[in-house]
Amino acid sequence: MSVLVGKKTRLLVQGITGKEGMFHALGCRDYGTAVVAGVTPGKEGQNVEGIPVFNTVKNAVLATKANATMIFVPPAFSADAILEALDAGIQLIVCITEGIPPQDMVKVKRAMRGSTARLIGPNCPGIITPGQAKIGIMPGHIHKPGHVGIVSRSGTLTYEAVGQLTALGIGQSTCIGIGGDPVNGTSHLDAIRLFNEDPDTHAIVMIGEIGGSAEEEAAEYIKAHVKKPVVGFIAGQTAPPGRRMGHAGAIIAGGKGTAIEKMNAMKDAGIHVCESPADIGETMKKVLMKKAAKKKPVKKVAKKKVGKKKTLKKKPKR
Amino acid sequence: MKLHEYQAKEVLRKYGLPVPEGYPTDSTYNVREIAGRLGGFPVVVKAQIHAGGRGKGGGVKLAFNQDEAEKQAKAILGMNLVTHQTGPEGRIVKKLLIEAGCQIAKEYYLSIVLDRATSQNVIMASTEGGMDIEEVAEKHPEKILKVFIDPAVGIMPYQCRQLAFGLGFPQEMTGQVSAFIAKFYDLYIKEDLSMAEINPLVATKDNKLLALDAKLAYDDNALFRHKEAIDFRDLNEEDPLEIEASKFSLNYIKLDGQIGCMVNGAGLAMATMDIIKYCGGAPANFLDVGGSASAEQIEEALKIIISDSSVKAIFINIFGGILRCDRLATGVVTAAKKINIKIPIVIRMEGTNVEEGRKILAESGLKFLIGNGMKDGALKAVAAVKG
Repeated sequence: MSVLVGKKTRLLVQGITGKEGMFHALGCRDYGTAVVAGVTPGKEGQNVEGIPVFNTVKNAVLATKANATMIFVPPAFSADAILEALDAGIQLIVCITEGIPPQDMVKVKRAMRGSTARLIGPNCPGIITPGQAKIGIMPGHIHKPGHVGIVSRSGTLTYEAVGQLTALGIGQSTCIGIGGDPVNGTSHLDAIRLFNEDPDTHAIVMIGEIGGSAEEEAAEYIKAHVKKPVVGFIAGQTAPPGRRMGHAGAIIAGGKGTAIEKMNAMKDAGIHVCESPADIGETMKKVLMKKAAKKKPVKKVAKKKVGKKKTLKKKPKR
Repeated sequence: MKLHEYQAKEVLRKYGLPVPEGYPTDSTYNVREIAGRLGGFPVVVKAQIHAGGRGKGGGVKLAFNQDEAEKQAKAILGMNLVTHQTGPEGRIVKKLLIEAGCQIAKEYYLSIVLDRATSQNVIMASTEGGMDIEEVAEKHPEKILKVFIDPAVGIMPYQCRQLAFGLGFPQEMTGQVSAFIAKFYDLYIKEDLSMAEINPLVATKDNKLLALDAKLAYDDNALFRHKEAIDFRDLNEEDPLEIEASKFSLNYIKLDGQIGCMVNGAGLAMATMDIIKYCGGAPANFLDVGGSASAEQIEEALKIIISDSSVKAIFINIFGGILRCDRLATGVVTAAKKINIKIPIVIRMEGTNVEEGRKILAESGLKFLIGNGMKDGALKAVAAVKG
């Protein structure tokens, strides 16, 4: 198990005939994702290394039963592409494009309100369930199947965290790059909720950065609802205020959205916050060892008590 | 992209929003003439820089006759204006706005920004005009009125009325205020702004509304829809190295440390700055070479980093995904040979084709320091600076 993407994913690529779109469509297929269709208006009938191209998302869905899309169209046309996918009934929309005007995303979010479809991104690396499928531009080979869920606003910083975990032998259930824009489809909170409900995710890494208050909102939820251990990091502890640090959403505005505020909120929620980005893997290792050490004696005690009181109820089924 | 006050007022005028009559100038020769044209005294001489707090810093002065206007202009133009937003280094004033004064009855605050938490635009208004909104938010949050705009329907008249009555305007002015707010929102949306602020918005003694100061900023991602607005860009307000970097699509922000950084990806670039600090050093810059840095970009990035004279060592931190480590290594070796870099370079690479990349570095004949992991790399860069 995992979240959002896996063996049942049937992927469509919007903008498949462009350089980037083609490269990454094939990258996803090489990783094992079922890439069933591409869309480029005016190019229906062509194919990209055997992947059929359609004029519209609707046509592509009708012909191939695609249930997820990866969007590579230029920023000026991205809002249109997202809403076309929504209209065609696609349930998972992953938008990689960077540089979409935020006001376009404001409209997109309004249009998606009440729908069951999920948007990931924009300006994101995508999503991967190691060993099963990926929708995005991340290097698949650094990942390892396992039980740690990762959510992050950054691309390469996520790879860094994945690399550290994999090097320590810790695998990942699903890694979600939610993107660096101020208005995005899936928030930290949404991703945390998914991981919390996923039985195969045993622990979570949450990587945030300066700007906005999405990490604080997620921390509040974690404090109230999440029993799984969470390791966190916030990038931009040394970023000057008022400057956009590469990502459109990474800006300390009016003194708000600083790394310190976020780290404090996360610590307060019981999250294991790393001060150094090099410690994400090691911190997770320690947390998992502690969890394992705690679990074992509890189990033994519980077993001894079986039959005495209500402890039977707590015994896991699997 | 930030606008100067005089540019912002040009945009306001275009949308029919009332602003005081005024003209910009970059010399003191025509100040007398402009002051005489404004139809009365006092006039206001205002420094045009991209920072708030100009009045407190001595960049805004009243003048009661032409001589005084010229005298004030001479004092302000060319001065190094320091405000709480410029930092201690200040900003040289290169342009002035000479503007008609007015009889103020009361000052208000009005702004529109994108609220990230709700993904909606929010109009904020307050009776505490002329004050920093952050300060009001901290001390008197109850004095800030907020109205969220549903993008599907846009601003509604009742929302304008809520603000007009909420701010306590006299009955005879509420129609005027509502119309003003609606037009202001229209401007914000049509021009694709990331921020629009009028502070203060004033009611004059004869019950007229006037935008006495205005700050507008275009959203950089939407500039492709506003070709005409590109003329508003003022290169004097930007760091020369940052301008140079932007020509090569490099995301560079100058800081004041000694370790130059070159990283792929914004999040990792920030994290690299953080770990340098964590290891006892200080980053000289933020630099994101992007996901698919070309050899040319790598060379330009290195040139820009070393042209900052405070840089004493370079830390290259790359997690190769799409950007392969061998390609990066080749780029760095070629560039380092070509531009003859004399300061230590620490390279930390991980990811796609990392072995090939390390081999290229080892066989280059150049002395690179190799970081095994982010922390080791940062420690080596810090040590290199300390000598």
